[in-house]
Amino acid sequence: MPMCTRIHHHGKAQLVLGLCVGILFGFLLQKGGVTSYNVIVGQLLLENFTVVKVILSAVIVAMIGIHLLVRFDYAELHVHPGSWGSNLVGGLIFGVGFALLGLCPGTVAGAAGTGALDALVGGIPGMLVGSGLFIGLYPGIKPILCRAPFAAQTLPEFLHLNRWIVIVVVEACMIGILILFAGIGL
Amino acid sequence: MFDMLFQPTWSPYIAGAGIGILVCLSFLVCNRPLGTSSAYAKVWGLMEKAIDPAVEEKKEFYREEIPPRVDGVLMLLPGILIGAFLSAALSGQIHLSWVPLLWAGAFGNNAILRVIVAFLGGIILAFGSRWAGGCTSGHGISGTSQLALSSIVSAACFFIGGIITAFLLFHGTGV
Repeated sequence: MPMCTRIHHHGKAQLVLGLCVGILFGFLLQKGGVTSYNVIVGQLLLENFTVVKVILSAVIVAMIGIHLLVRFDYAELHVHPGSWGSNLVGGLIFGVGFALLGLCPGTVAGAAGTGALDALVGGIPGMLVGSGLFIGLYPGIKPILCRAPFAAQTLPEFLHLNRWIVIVVVEACMIGILILFAGIGL
Repeated sequence: MFDMLFQPTWSPYIAGAGIGILVCLSFLVCNRPLGTSSAYAKVWGLMEKAIDPAVEEKKEFYREEIPPRVDGVLMLLPGILIGAFLSAALSGQIHLSWVPLLWAGAFGNNAILRVIVAFLGGIILAFGSRWAGGCTSGHGISGTSQLALSSIVSAACFFIGGIITAFLLFHGTGV
């Protein structure tokens, strides 16, 4: 894709595109209801399933979309190799912050945009300080991040199955979960 | 169709599908996943660089992980804030508030307590994001959509950690 490749390397275009993608993202997050502390903590308390519905709907569309783009050479996959030391430990630490702030790194910016002053005055400065803390401690943490690496980068590689078979099965499971939620009134 | 812009909320399926399309667009025109948390590390890096211009060479993280740059990833942050503001403003939902309803029901209306916990939560959240290499958008949506094992494990742990913490936090508060 010569045209897209030119855009990829065009610094100023990427600044504008980043801002535009951000605006659309913030707009959709707010319309989806997930820039609200009540909705996110409601999900973590298993009382309100909006967050799971938004994420699953996004993944259902993006999974097929990304793989079609890659299949026809319009995009490439950007997969990071993982490890238990990085993804399990980091994920659980993230979860503690997720519940205390009641928002995640994207939705905290969105919440601030809708007037949530605890997100603006507490959450966002906390995100900056937390990033700085990790940056400072990074040389010491690095050995843990490589601990117990995964045997493969993606689920199809791990299962030694054709990518499209895995996609069809995972898509069917996600759609099934959403139908189940609707069926039992969640 | 136009009316939709003024509605206070959309069906979570519609909003989610829109986010899915946006992730595909990000792959197509930006050649990267849609991930938010690294923007905070970039902002911190730029602040450090303003004080000490040589910090980029001194700190391993900036050389190996996320260099402090003003780029498209960083621009996501002001974008999200503006987009959510526009969406809420169009439906008359801009409410300045210090304490969310659910929090107030369990812990009262003290704004200082809420801001302190939000600040601590933000620190832990960003620390965990960097440790896991992404957040709800980068791992939870963009990564799982690529069937990346690192993202599937991370996203599961975000919710396991979050659900346990939320239950402990709200235990006995009657919420």
